[in-house]
Amino acid sequence: MPRIKSPEQLEKVRQEVLSRRDPGKPCISICAGTGCLAFGAAEVIAAFKAELEEQGLEAEVDTKGTGCPGFCERGPLLVIYPEEICYLQVKPEDVPEIVSQTIKEKKVIERLLYVEPATAKTALRESDIPFYKHQERLIICDNIRIDSKSIDDYLAIGGYTALAQVLFQMTPEQVLEEIKKANLRGRGGGGFPAGRKWEGSRNAPDPIKYVVVNADEGDPGAFMDRALLEGNPHSILEGLIIGAYTIGSHEGYIYVRQEYPLAVENINLAIRQAEAYGFLGENILGSGFDFSVKVHQGAGAFVCGESTALMTALEGRAGEPRPKYIRSNIKGLWEKPTVLNNVETWANVPLIINKGADWFRQFGTEGSKGTKVFSLVGKIVNTGLVEIAMGMTLRDIIYKIGGGIPGEKKFKAVQTGGPSGGCLPEGLLDLQVGFDELSKAGSMMGSGGMIVLDEDTCMVDVARYFLDFLTDESCGKCVPCREGVRQMLKILTNITQGKGKEDDIALLEELAEVAKAAALCALGQTAPNPFLSTLQYFREEYEAHIKEKRCPALSCKELIVFYIDPEKCNACMTCLKKCPAEAISGGKNKIHVIDQEKCTKCRTCFEVCPPRFRAVKIVSGEPVPPPIPEEARTIARGSKKNE
Amino acid sequence: MSKVLLKIDGIAVEAREGMTILEAAQSAGITIPNLCHHEKLEPYGACRICTVEVEVNGWTRFAVSCVYPVEQNLLVRTRSAKVDRIRKMILQLLLSHAPDSEQLLALAKEYGADRDRFEQEISFCIHCGLCVRYCAEVKQKNVVGFINRGTKREISFVPELAVTECWRCKECFPLCPTSALQAAYVLIESLKQGNDSPAFLSLK
Repeated sequence: MPRIKSPEQLEKVRQEVLSRRDPGKPCISICAGTGCLAFGAAEVIAAFKAELEEQGLEAEVDTKGTGCPGFCERGPLLVIYPEEICYLQVKPEDVPEIVSQTIKEKKVIERLLYVEPATAKTALRESDIPFYKHQERLIICDNIRIDSKSIDDYLAIGGYTALAQVLFQMTPEQVLEEIKKANLRGRGGGGFPAGRKWEGSRNAPDPIKYVVVNADEGDPGAFMDRALLEGNPHSILEGLIIGAYTIGSHEGYIYVRQEYPLAVENINLAIRQAEAYGFLGENILGSGFDFSVKVHQGAGAFVCGESTALMTALEGRAGEPRPKYIRSNIKGLWEKPTVLNNVETWANVPLIINKGADWFRQFGTEGSKGTKVFSLVGKIVNTGLVEIAMGMTLRDIIYKIGGGIPGEKKFKAVQTGGPSGGCLPEGLLDLQVGFDELSKAGSMMGSGGMIVLDEDTCMVDVARYFLDFLTDESCGKCVPCREGVRQMLKILTNITQGKGKEDDIALLEELAEVAKAAALCALGQTAPNPFLSTLQYFREEYEAHIKEKRCPALSCKELIVFYIDPEKCNACMTCLKKCPAEAISGGKNKIHVIDQEKCTKCRTCFEVCPPRFRAVKIVSGEPVPPPIPEEARTIARGSKKNE
Repeated sequence: MSKVLLKIDGIAVEAREGMTILEAAQSAGITIPNLCHHEKLEPYGACRICTVEVEVNGWTRFAVSCVYPVEQNLLVRTRSAKVDRIRKMILQLLLSHAPDSEQLLALAKEYGADRDRFEQEISFCIHCGLCVRYCAEVKQKNVVGFINRGTKREISFVPELAVTECWRCKECFPLCPTSALQAAYVLIESLKQGNDSPAFLSLK
């Protein structure tokens, strides 16, 4: 491919790509994102290729491995064009039937469609599925439409139009004004206005400037950036090149964690393609603007998601935050003005240029414009990636999109913002999602993690979990984080183990105050948040653990005891056989009893006891009833109705 | 260099542009406690005990004075109830590792820090990095460095370099606020014979 030398030539290339394509030609788009690949998507794709060849249809039907459309719960999933039929949980065995029925006969296979649990109605297209219907998918909608490894696919959906427009029809000042007008705020955590960040760098006198993509997504349970990098890498590149042009930078970096091998592969491929087509390198599209970009793989440190630590790591040193009070858009990478934005922020840029700031501003709330991608995980029916217009309530996200809590359990809290965020209780379900709204409630937007917790989750243990994560990920440089957060973890661990002391909450609050005010970087300053927000909304759980040695969620191992209710036990032997510690005695027609000395509290008996008996109980904060005497354990059959 | 006028604890201080708050305070005879600061070394901002309150345009924030550059009309308060609480807690956290450090105990007395607030886990080193940075920045030898991350972070000599460099230098010893460094070096000396090549000799 010779480099494209002008916007006119770009349009010509685009038309050539489109002319080679028949919109009526059947195309099977199969998600080849990490989630679906784990479910066996690669085998499904291979099965389609083989089946189409066998049927002599390889020239008449296209197959495509695409990015993640988001409904990870039901992978591997695929969409068949032009009808846009969406099949879920497809296995290689289903492939011959799909080819013979749907492709050849144009018949829909009902069992592979989404079935609405409440109404038992099937949904033919993605847009009919409630999970998708209530979303506003501006960023991730293209993932399923394109082969993530094909630049021609990106061009076919209008890719690099925004770049051409910026380079030939807009001054850097005009681009900046558009981004500022859109009020695009950073999607990585802080929500700092991107326009103001760019402006600071642009106005900085140093002639050498850098742009950086922060793709060091490390929050537990978060995979928004992975899906974008894997699925539509060119959209991020296009945003980055536009940003570079705006601030006057000629060199950019993509810092991506090495735990994302597919993202690394796809973005590297995208860079090579963009170089070959003339979107990167010297004299881009004949505009005279030069820009090159390199990929840097992170070595597995969460703290490198912090911007100054990321820059230190890019410079080749140990990834530790800098103790500076000068913003990195003025003095960043190698002391040069550096604009660092998150993957999703960059992906929004071409969209704003193409459709305009006014269009973008129609989505969202006063302070938070546009959409936000969340990874919705935890105790939720529809796990996956969701993109919503800002301002949607937590309730709508969890119930309309997420389908509610599985297993008839009660909602308890939703954790947003990753380890630096907080837990919001049921009373705040009608909170509108936005940067300022979430911060005001004691949590934060963060990069978009959203973990739903049900009634079986202990909130003290949630705080302990996140502080354990942060203690592990602290760089160890400053005292409030290295020592303070470590002490907080020790206290929280003690509380969950029934060793909590009366003044523990006060001491935790003291430590939290010091970390918040005096830690070196955002990791340490926000580390107390999981504790502070759970204390704010679930103080009674802390007090129950400390004062009554009781875990209200019946979750903390050291505070619970398993007990078989002799009135309900039907001596079915299920728990007895499954107990890995051989702690249950009893027999046929003999009521089962747990030996508390042997019990390891693995919960197996509780989970396997048939729901019609529900004989295994969990007791916390009260003495376990003594075992019934040997002679009373025999069940006289015939008198029991259940027999 | 142009002059910068600021107020520290109500006292008008004239500083040079580029100075830190700590340097400006020291030049005016105002004491701010510090553990990881050294005049010959680049500001490090790790111990956070020199945290002060700064006020710009009516907004108060906390800043470490060894890093924060002076600004015209900046208002600095080197002591406040919260600043004192921060310093007290930092001292308590460090005393659990180095309960007999004289420097820490003197400060603990001033700030009412309880030496036994946290369970003692004696490891001496408080990670001020003075030895590491002195060896790198002043001596340019890089014989002693940090290994590991987070709560597992430790200082460690590179034995092969220590053998040739340290015995005639030892300039870092008096910098150490807890004598941990000297202990580490004595340990490496004693282990030198008989042990082939411990690539990195841990302090503990």
